[in-house]
Amino acid sequence: MDLKFLEAVPTQGEQAAVDGLVGAPGEGDDPRFAAGGQHARDLRHLLLPALHAVSDTAGWISQGALNYICQRLSVPPAEAYGVATFYAMFSLSPRAPRVAHVCDDIVCARLGGSDIADELAATLGPAGSGQVVTWLRSPCLGLCERAPAAMVQLAGDTDQAIAPATADGVRTAVAGTGNGHVPAGGSQPSVSAPQTRRGDGQRLRLLRRIGVVDPDSLDSYRSVGGYAGLRRAIAVGPGRVIQEVSDSKLMGRGGAAFPTGVKWDAVAKAPVRPHYLICNADESEPGTFKDRVLMEDDPFALIEAMTIAGYATGCEQGYLYIRGEYPLATRRLQAAIEQARHRSLLGSDVMGAGFGFDIELRRGAGAYICGEETALMNSLEGYRGEPRNKPPFPTVSGLFGKPTVINNVETLFNVLDILTEGGPAFAQTGTERSTGTKLFCLCGAVAEPGLYEVPFGATLRELLELAGGSTGSLRAILLGGAAGSFVDPEALDVALTFEGMREIGASLGSGVIMPVDDGTDMPGMLRRIAAFFRDESCGQCVPCRVGTVRQEESLARLANGTEIGSRAREFALLDDLTRVMRDSSICGLGHTAPAAVQSAISLNLLERGDPE
Amino acid sequence: MTVDLGTIRRLVELTVDGEQVRVPEGSTILDACRAQDIETPTLCYAPNLTPVNACRVCVVELEGARTLVPSCARPVEDGMVVHTDSERVRHSRKMVLELLDSSVDLSQSGEDVDRWKDQYGVDAGRYGPPAAPAAAGERDARHAGHHEIPDGSTAATVAQPVKEDNDLYVRDYGRCIMCYKCVEACGTDAQNTFAIAVAGRGFDTRITTEFAVELPDSACVYCGNCIGVCPTGALKSVSEHELREAGQWDPDDETVTTTICSFCGVGCNLELHVQHNQIVNVTSPTDHSVTHGHLCIKGRFGFQHVQNLPEGS
Repeated sequence: MDLKFLEAVPTQGEQAAVDGLVGAPGEGDDPRFAAGGQHARDLRHLLLPALHAVSDTAGWISQGALNYICQRLSVPPAEAYGVATFYAMFSLSPRAPRVAHVCDDIVCARLGGSDIADELAATLGPAGSGQVVTWLRSPCLGLCERAPAAMVQLAGDTDQAIAPATADGVRTAVAGTGNGHVPAGGSQPSVSAPQTRRGDGQRLRLLRRIGVVDPDSLDSYRSVGGYAGLRRAIAVGPGRVIQEVSDSKLMGRGGAAFPTGVKWDAVAKAPVRPHYLICNADESEPGTFKDRVLMEDDPFALIEAMTIAGYATGCEQGYLYIRGEYPLATRRLQAAIEQARHRSLLGSDVMGAGFGFDIELRRGAGAYICGEETALMNSLEGYRGEPRNKPPFPTVSGLFGKPTVINNVETLFNVLDILTEGGPAFAQTGTERSTGTKLFCLCGAVAEPGLYEVPFGATLRELLELAGGSTGSLRAILLGGAAGSFVDPEALDVALTFEGMREIGASLGSGVIMPVDDGTDMPGMLRRIAAFFRDESCGQCVPCRVGTVRQEESLARLANGTEIGSRAREFALLDDLTRVMRDSSICGLGHTAPAAVQSAISLNLLERGDPE
Repeated sequence: MTVDLGTIRRLVELTVDGEQVRVPEGSTILDACRAQDIETPTLCYAPNLTPVNACRVCVVELEGARTLVPSCARPVEDGMVVHTDSERVRHSRKMVLELLDSSVDLSQSGEDVDRWKDQYGVDAGRYGPPAAPAAAGERDARHAGHHEIPDGSTAATVAQPVKEDNDLYVRDYGRCIMCYKCVEACGTDAQNTFAIAVAGRGFDTRITTEFAVELPDSACVYCGNCIGVCPTGALKSVSEHELREAGQWDPDDETVTTTICSFCGVGCNLELHVQHNQIVNVTSPTDHSVTHGHLCIKGRFGFQHVQNLPEGS
């Protein structure tokens, strides 16, 4: 490829950051051949890590840095620019090296996030201003159980999440004043998963090691039964593993509820090689933090589960794609992967059993859409995180065009128990069609927010009681996050199962249960949801790209009382938008972008009490 | 000499609007519709480019599918039952056209688009008056994940000044519907130059060079294949742009003459578009086996010498 590059050159620091990832120029090159060519093009998948490396070092991506990345990876500069500008965490213009991202999404806004933003605006100046220190508003950071949340992105230093955050705390952390120690970044398992400290007889499966194991120690994980699942998997062989998973009737926990056994079987049998495994840890649904808690406090379990999945489906390479806003989980998983490698639990000969499997951790960079499986694959490959047209499905043509199994974190966690207990035994828990236990993220107007685990079949009421009930007078419950829908308090006795949700036209989605009390500014909340989708739409298809804009505009008019025509006409317009987004968008983001708004309208949550 | 017989393809049978249709395996639903003379609007589809199915105006209803499917990209399968004129299809097509019409200047998108807008009952005005155009460079600087919160009094648009930074063509992105065609033509579908790409996200996506540098500083080789595939007049030759600005653009007078490019021995077919005895544009037929509609800088822009006649002749 004869590429034309800019003339800009990188700084030494930028060049060192890129070289640290792809090696020094010329290193390992065969002197008989010109550098670049096919070899360099095969490195395209390193584009996102290279952008991260530069951004982590310099705080932004300069022309010189992008140019150097393009030269090393043989990527056209225009394409690399297109990729870099796709992600919210990157800046292609000079930006302060110390940035505080303050969550003002639907959970945090009411619980102090908006106040922090206001205070930072007053003391640090408008969002985005400032040469050395700045702050920005952020969509959900996945720390909802300890809202309000913030994350500080520090060039040349490790990023830190702060929750619960205060304006002072954020300012101290981002300014690097005080003793230099960032406050309260670490997770507190007993706060995030309240059941783990209750000992109330509730048998926890997925959460049972949370707060029990030392997340930094492989020995600690093994001392509580870790790697028993993989040992059994190796003992029974890949075919039997898939049989157990099929028998367990495990359904994907990422939102789409696809049978995991079917997916694994399809990839295992695919004749094309190699096969790839991806763990989708790009948890970004507003209100969702379940995968984060699992990864922060029980990282080895995910490594083991991925290894089992790789073994069963014939993958030698697994990718763990984690959202960029999870610095602690990223550090712990990276450390866990290294320990597992060191002990031959990953590598060319796992457990001495004669099969190879390794995991590469990849960080997202602020793009909700990359949680969509095919968008995630494009992102991994070094392209813009735009969803692909389906069919073909990933089991046939996924990452790098090869058969790919992609599972959510929580789904993979279930595999461990399926292996140790056996599939049929696992299926005894829960209901006929929704087996096992489910994690629910309770947040918002609830007495004790946190991650709760219950067998499928528990009702909404039971979940709320588990979390101490709603605060204030319950007006509605948002199920499934921003992409979910509001349900009426009358639906409290519906069972939280895949089939139960379908009956009331809702979806479990990512497992968010967010009570909304009567003090909530509903139009404001809906506008925040609409703003979220307007920001996060990848922009590829017209229904979503323009539809999310028109939806937000209409909600603004409804909130301001400046309707075009009448309220009924705005509702009709929103309904028209809903139908085209649901029918004709490329992916699930567009399909669900109007769901919360539509459900709110049908429950009359937007009515202001005055007659039309 | 060998004769290319093509690959032998099995016929696939499906039902389109109640009629049995048999088309070769590998065809798309759009091919099947066209074989039945069912008019299907398309914007981002082109016969000489890989389908990106981004515009969604060609959607049809496929029985058994939860959502509508893009006919341009969906291969036919035996037993498919397709509806091209159901209420859902009409609604989506209308909305896609309406959403575009409310945010993009479609006035140079051709007669077909005007007709479809009528046919599907597009009313772009119902989203409010269009917002003021963005200042030059403003949209290029937008940051993913952040936008100004609207008050709904106006409808956001992509209106912005025309980019004029070279002698051969202009980029009028206020007319851009983000169909990806120019990017594909600049990339692996034709030119392999990669001067432009899609950048940004959501409503702020745009076609741009790296860091929005001007075309002469980019990798552009001025083949003009991006102009050749642009369906909305966002990309056009300077000659056409200037005539339009001067109010002298006269498509009613236009004649098209087919000839063969004389610059080299490849044998590209050229179509000379002539208004008032002046060549205003050069294109190539998409079904031409040599060009597939694509040309180089010489074929597309090297026509001045033809009309470089002495004064007064």
